[in-house]
Amino acid sequence: MTLNDSFTTALAGLQTNKSRSALTILGIVIGITAIILVMSVGRGAEDLILNQVRGLGSRTIIIAPGREPTGPSSFAEISTDSLKSRDVEALKNKANVQGLKELTPAVMQVFTVAFENESVRKNVLGASELIAKILDIYPEEGSFFTDEDIRQKSSVAIIGSEVKEKLFGASDALGEKIKIKGRSFRVVGVLPPKGQVALFNVDDIVVVPYSTAQQYLMGINYFNMILAQSESEEAVPRVVRDIELTLRETHNIDDPEKDDFHVTTQADAAERVSAITSILTILLVSVAAISLVVGGIGIMNIMLISVTERTREIGLRKALGATERDVLTQFLMEAVILTALGGIVGIFLGVGFSFIASLVLSKIFLLQWVFTVPLSAVLLGLGVSTAIGLTFGLYPARQASLKSPMEALRYE
Amino acid sequence: MAIIEVKDLEKTYYNDSVATPALRDVSFAVNEGEFVAIMGPSGSGKSTLLHILGFLDRHTAGEYRFDGKTIDDYSKEEIAHVRNKKMGFVFQAFNLLPRTSVLENVKLPLLYSGVKKSLRDELAQKAIESVGLSHRINHESSQLSGGEKQRVAIARALVNKPNVIFADEPTGNLDSKSGQMVMEFIQKLNEEEGHTIVLITHETYTAEHAQRIIHILDGKIESDTKVDHRHRARDHFKK
Repeated sequence: MTLNDSFTTALAGLQTNKSRSALTILGIVIGITAIILVMSVGRGAEDLILNQVRGLGSRTIIIAPGREPTGPSSFAEISTDSLKSRDVEALKNKANVQGLKELTPAVMQVFTVAFENESVRKNVLGASELIAKILDIYPEEGSFFTDEDIRQKSSVAIIGSEVKEKLFGASDALGEKIKIKGRSFRVVGVLPPKGQVALFNVDDIVVVPYSTAQQYLMGINYFNMILAQSESEEAVPRVVRDIELTLRETHNIDDPEKDDFHVTTQADAAERVSAITSILTILLVSVAAISLVVGGIGIMNIMLISVTERTREIGLRKALGATERDVLTQFLMEAVILTALGGIVGIFLGVGFSFIASLVLSKIFLLQWVFTVPLSAVLLGLGVSTAIGLTFGLYPARQASLKSPMEALRYE
Repeated sequence: MAIIEVKDLEKTYYNDSVATPALRDVSFAVNEGEFVAIMGPSGSGKSTLLHILGFLDRHTAGEYRFDGKTIDDYSKEEIAHVRNKKMGFVFQAFNLLPRTSVLENVKLPLLYSGVKKSLRDELAQKAIESVGLSHRINHESSQLSGGEKQRVAIARALVNKPNVIFADEPTGNLDSKSGQMVMEFIQKLNEEEGHTIVLITHETYTAEHAQRIIHILDGKIESDTKVDHRHRARDHFKK
């Protein structure tokens, strides 16, 4: 009996019991749909986050206090006060770090920002004027504060477009006095709408000189981070190494294990995002895989019932010259056709749901979501469903093939 | 030349260490082209004997040679091949595939015999024609009458041109008229096509269509006699 004949025979066997066949594959359909959906949405989310990380600019380097967090327990070490002015001065020295283009210390905290009767709670970023170059944000009205403002600890502020909208509405904001933590700041610039840039939502932020923020708003003498930009992408690894060596020297650290700071680049961040999203995807796919196992057991159950029901047919086929192999192939083929069909239906449904999800995310949640179905997901879906048919179909098919023709013919 | 040779054949069923003998000291031979009826009341062991002859069951002692070889000379695949090519089966309960057309039912043995796909329809159509059911070729088996079902089964048994056709109570589930018609085709197969026929029945009348009757009682051959006045199914019809 050729494989082609087995296929035709198996198909005919399934067609005589259409509704049961359809119900049987439901478990597989749901499982494969879930896997495709999870993989597609997972890839979309990864792309989305990676794009934001890339918005950081491949030349941007972030120096943060505390050791690099390696687990939930070590997060406390982030908020240390190890980064101070002398570090900034040491890093600015070309003899210490070569290839560094811009560098600014930064502090950030949420404060109540008020104008007349309106008040909102917003992120206040204290930085130097160089933050404009690093983040590529320039006011569309007014201008950035200057080097002089830093030295003078001037009470001036640049506000994001949404902050302006909330406090001033349509009226002019330039030159007006806003209150941050009760202290008056003169608005010198308004940023254009630009959304998320690197770590900051530029629309929803107030930027003030870091010196002012440190002294009058926060009362601290350290920085939350130092943002730097290297001259070129190629120079990044060397700059990172120079920064680490310089800071170890100023902090008197001999053992890199005992660093009280950590340096992150866009490449590091992207790698971490990829790692996290792929772990999440694997986790969710594993959950979906459980439903496939359940579906497979369902298939095995129905195949076993089918084999018992068709005992006489099996006996007849054997009496007419079917070998054990012929019977095994026929029933195995039935199981594989069922699961592969379930896989194909599941792939179509999964792609459909992923597309709907992408529409919802991009139109309603206004994310820059790109609809993608990884080819690997489709191949995995097909492969897994076929493999389930082979695995869970084998036992019933073997039971069928081992039936004695005489006993099978007598079966009532 | 003998196609079936049985010598001191025994079959014992073992059920929880209780031995139940079904056949004892059975010896006979069937020559090619012969039409033999095996007769006996229910429980006499005649069905067991047919299953052993059809390689559907194994004997426990003695010797059975089909076409010169015993069942132990064959591998499992070869046994399937012998059943497919050299034996044809007609059962009391017809055993047609449900929800399947007459043509597909008759084609079933060809599926396992390596006959080319293009040839299968032709061979099956010829077999169906020879039992006079060409007009029913695309009907589902469940739409047929009992007599027609058994004729489809006969067409299926002869489609591979086997040496021997084993018929197990082929008229048992049929009214007398349909039974007569079935016996007519079986006789015709023997006389015109030269097929060896082994027929199992408990009715003397049906058995007397054969050339020879072997009586079995309690697992032993009681008598093995030639039929002097054979019934002619065709004559019966003419009446």
